Amino acid sequence: MKLTINGDAKEIKDNVSLPELLIIENVEQPDMVSVQLNDEFIRQDEHASVALKDGDEINFLYFMGGGA
Amino acid sequence: MKEFSDEELERYSRHIILQDVGIEGQEKIANSKILVIGAGGLGSPVALYLAAAGVGEIGIVDGDVVDLSNLQRQVIHATADIGVPKVLSAKAKMEAINPNVKVTVYQKFLDASNILDIVKGYDFVIDGTDNFSAKFLINDACVLANVPYSHGGILRFGGQTMTIKPHESACYACVFDSPPPTNAIPTCSSAGILGAVAGMLGTIQAAEALKYIVGVGEPLYNRLLTFDAKSMNFRNVNFKKNPKCRVCGGEGIKEIRDYEAVVCEAKL
Repeated sequence: MKLTINGDAKEIKDNVSLPELLIIENVEQPDMVSVQLNDEFIRQDEHASVALKDGDEINFLYFMGGGA
Repeated sequence: MKEFSDEELERYSRHIILQDVGIEGQEKIANSKILVIGAGGLGSPVALYLAAAGVGEIGIVDGDVVDLSNLQRQVIHATADIGVPKVLSAKAKMEAINPNVKVTVYQKFLDASNILDIVKGYDFVIDGTDNFSAKFLINDACVLANVPYSHGGILRFGGQTMTIKPHESACYACVFDSPPPTNAIPTCSSAGILGAVAGMLGTIQAAEALKYIVGVGEPLYNRLLTFDAKSMNFRNVNFKKNPKCRVCGGEGIKEIRDYEAVVCEAKL
């Protein structure tokens, strides 16, 4: 299936769950990333129940705490 | 309304001839009050540009003193300032650039006991802090006091920023909910920061503040601008205000509390 991940179109095997995608995409700290699926944020405790489908747009947003 | 002197008309001439700013926009800038929280990597360029722009009153908050390791990126401070309180070092440079600007210093760290009173007196707030407990505290205070602000975060070669108009656009907690556990996320002091990246992000925040004050363009509402200076790719991620947001949704928050023990070196 085709997914758009952080703005890039990618071909990912079918029937991948969100936790599996986080591993495929080498997301370093899956429990520390804010995941947006088709404009909606997915709560951390809901990740496991999310099934991805062709055409989904996914954004991974990372904490950045620096400033000084 | 502000009457500009000949000196000011010349000083601000490149703003005044700028379509969408003009004399009216410069008057709005001169009548505005902006609070810069943190006089470090982000706060340095923000404070310099806001002073140069002629913001009428600038508050600057920091409880720290200048350290040698700050000087690689905190461009408002000089080698001779090592050991000097950052707010005093910053104030001196801002007044040197533009003596028309009134600079108010808060030589302290903000916490739940003092942040609301300080934030309330300003038209716009800049988050230039270096830890999550401070970033979430600022978000809470700005939402409660209904003061718009610019979130900024930097790490290594990257930066992120969004502008928040409380109750109208998504807030920081709509996107990130709550602070990560202590030491879960690398910091600039543990993982490093390219000095110029602090300047890139800080000047974006200064531009957002001035756009808001003048009322021009489209602020970074409901979107997070992220960039990676290695690839020099910039991206906007769009989102909406979360109706179930812990801070600004539904019932929302009613009072300020410190995010204690979230980051071991909690400081503003």
